[in-house]
Amino acid sequence: MLQYITKRILMMIPTLFAISIIVFTIIQLPPGNYLESYIAELEAQGESVDQQKVAFLREYYGLDRPLPEQYLHWAGGMLKGDFGYSFEFNMPVTKVIGDRMLLTVIVSFVTILFTWCVAFPIGIYSATHQYSWGDYGLSFLGFLGIAIPNFMLALVMMYVANVVFGTTIGGLMDPDFIGKAWTWDKVKSVLEHSWIPVIVIGTSGTAGMIRRLRANLLDELQKQYVVTARAKGLAPRKVLRKYPLRMALNFFISDIGSLLPHIISGAEITAVVLSLPTTGPMLLNALKSQDMYLAGSFLMFLAMLIVVGVLVSDLALVALDPRIRLSGGVAR
Amino acid sequence: MSTLELPRVTGDADHFVSTEPFDPGEATRLTPEQERFYLASQWKLMWWKFKRHRVAVVSGVILLVMYGSTLVTEILAPYNLHSRHTDFIYASPQRVHLFHDGHFVGPFVYAQSKRLDMTNLRRVYTPDRTQPRPLRFFCEGDAYRFWGLVDMSFHLVCPARDGTAFLLGTDRLGRDVLSRILYGARISLTIGLIGIALSFTLGLVIGGIAGYYGGWVDLAVQRLIEIIRSFPELPLWMALSAVLPVTWSPILIYFGITAILALLDWTGLARAVRSKLLALREEDYTTAARLMGAKPSRIIGRHLLPGFMSHLIASATLSIPGMILGETALSFLGIGLRPPITSWGVLLNDAQNINVVALYPWLMLPVVPVIVVILAFNFFGDGLRDAADPYR
Repeated sequence: MLQYITKRILMMIPTLFAISIIVFTIIQLPPGNYLESYIAELEAQGESVDQQKVAFLREYYGLDRPLPEQYLHWAGGMLKGDFGYSFEFNMPVTKVIGDRMLLTVIVSFVTILFTWCVAFPIGIYSATHQYSWGDYGLSFLGFLGIAIPNFMLALVMMYVANVVFGTTIGGLMDPDFIGKAWTWDKVKSVLEHSWIPVIVIGTSGTAGMIRRLRANLLDELQKQYVVTARAKGLAPRKVLRKYPLRMALNFFISDIGSLLPHIISGAEITAVVLSLPTTGPMLLNALKSQDMYLAGSFLMFLAMLIVVGVLVSDLALVALDPRIRLSGGVAR
Repeated sequence: MSTLELPRVTGDADHFVSTEPFDPGEATRLTPEQERFYLASQWKLMWWKFKRHRVAVVSGVILLVMYGSTLVTEILAPYNLHSRHTDFIYASPQRVHLFHDGHFVGPFVYAQSKRLDMTNLRRVYTPDRTQPRPLRFFCEGDAYRFWGLVDMSFHLVCPARDGTAFLLGTDRLGRDVLSRILYGARISLTIGLIGIALSFTLGLVIGGIAGYYGGWVDLAVQRLIEIIRSFPELPLWMALSAVLPVTWSPILIYFGITAILALLDWTGLARAVRSKLLALREEDYTTAARLMGAKPSRIIGRHLLPGFMSHLIASATLSIPGMILGETALSFLGIGLRPPITSWGVLLNDAQNINVVALYPWLMLPVVPVIVVILAFNFFGDGLRDAADPYR
C-alpha cells in the first residue's frame, strides 16, 4: 500500500517535468524577446523606460542567459511558489492574484461535488430504466448539456437574471469582501454567489458523467453476479444497492481524471463571461497582451491542479477498492 | 486372401444420374433476403444497421443539408457578408407574415420605422403595419463573386426593392445577421472537418506505430498522451492560439487554429488504434504477412487498420463537435479567428457582454446553429458507432 503511494507520487515528477517543458516552450513561442518588445512599446507610447526596472526584469527572468538556464530559473522559481512577475501590476504574480488560485480550486471542487450529486441519481435512474421515456428525456437533456457552449449558458443565465429578477449576476462575492482577508462571512458570501457559476460550469461535465455512468452501470447490471443475486431472490433494490452501485461508486472516483480537465477548461471561459475573480479573466488578459510568463504560470498552475487532482482520486480509489489495495496495482 | 466379388450387373441397371448441375447448398437453401444479407459487404451491413437508427438518420440529413448549404451560401443569403446598412443599426428581426389586412399577400415583412429612445439612447424599431414589403424570390440582389470566381447577383430570397428584410436583425454595423450566420457556417463547419482529418491522420500514425512496435516506443507514446491529457484543453488552446503571430493573414490564422485544435485532439484516437493493434498484431494472419516479407507500413495499413476502420471513423465523427465548440469558444474570447473571417464564434464575440444580451438578444442567435450541429454530430456519431459495432 505504502509502496504504491510512493510509486504513484514519484510517477508524478516526470509528468510535471514534461508539462513544465511544454509550457516553457509555449512561453518562448512568440517571436522576439518579450522584454525587448515591452520596452519598445513603452518607448513608442512616449513613456520613459526605467532602466533600473528593465535591469530588474532581465535579472528576474534571466533573459540574457541561454535557454536551458532560463528554463531552470523559471521552473526553480515555480518550485519555490514563485509564479512569475506581472507587468501590469508591477508585482509578483502571487501577490496580485492571492485569492484567484484559491478561488479556482474552490470553484472546481464545489463543481465536482455538484456534478456528483446530480449525475449519481440520474445516471442510476437512466441505467435501471433503460429505454424508458424518462431515460430518453434525461439522455436528451444530457446531450443538450453537452451541446450548449458553457459561455452561452452563462450569458443566457445573465440575461434571464436581468430580465426576470432585474439584477445582474456575476462575481463570486459581495463587492464589500473583495480584497479583504478571509473571514467566515466572506466564505459564506462566496458560497452564496457560487451557485450560478457552478451550475454553468457543471452542466456539460454532468451530462458527460451521466452518460458514462449509465454505460458503466449497464455493463455491470448484465454481469453474472447480478443474475446470481436475483436468482437467489434478493429484492431488486437490494441487488442494486449491494452490488452494482458499489462498483459505480468506484467509477465515480476514477472518473475524476476525465472530469477535472473538463471542469477546469469550462471554468476558465465561464469565469471570463461572468467576470469571476478566478484565474480565467487574468489568463485571457495575459494572453491578449502577450505577457507569456504570466500566462505560462497560469497554465502550469492549472495543469498542476489536474495532476494533483488525479493523484488524489487515485489514492482515494486505493483506499476504497480492496481489489487495487490488495494486488498493489492500478486496475485499468 | 479373399477376393471381393463385385455384384454382377445383369440387364439394365436402374441407376440414375441427374443431368442437372450439382448444387451443394440445396439442402439448406437460403431465401433471397438471407443471401443478400450473407453476401453483403461490411459497409453495406453498416448502412442497413444505420438506417434503423431513426434519430441518427435525421441528424445525418440535417448535417448534409447544412454542409450542402455552404456550397451555395452566396445564393441562399439574402445579403452579402459585409454589406452594411447604416440606417438600420441594431435593427430588430423582422417577422415574416402571410396575411395583410386579412388578405393573402404571400410572404412579406412590414417596413420598419426607427425612433431614438432618448432615455437609454437605444434605437427602437417598430414595424409599420401599413406598409407590407413582399419578399422576392429567385431575384437580383446584392452583387457577389460566386466562390470568388464568377460575378453574379442571383439570390434565393431578396427584400422588396424599396425595403429591407432583416429576418434575424442586424448587428452594430447594420449587417444582416441571417446572412452572416449562413456565411459563418462555411468557416465553422469546415474547421471541424479539416481538424478531424488532421487529428485522424496523427492518431492513426502515432497510435499505429505505438501499437505495432510496442516496447519503448509504445511507452513513450503512452506517456506523451498522458501528459497532453493532463492539460486543461481550453486554456492550452487559448495559449497556443494567442501565440499565433498577429501579422499572419486571416487564412493562415484559420489553418493555424485548425492545426492547434487537431494537435490536442488525436490522443483518444491514438489510444484506440494502439490497443486494437496490440491485440491484432498477435493474430496469425499478421504473422503470415510478416513471414511473406511485408513491410510494417503495409501490414498496418493493408491488413490491420481496415479491420476496425469503420469503428475509427465513427469515433472520429464524435470528436468533431468538440472542435467546433473549441473554435467557437476561442473566437468568442477574441483570440481565435478574427474578422474579416466570419465564423459563428466570431459572430458571438459581439454578444459578449450583458448589455448587448439584454438590449439586442438576437445577436445570440448564432448559437442556435452551433447547438444544432453539435447535437446532430453527437446523434449521427452514436448511430454510426452502433452500426459499426459487429456485436450488436
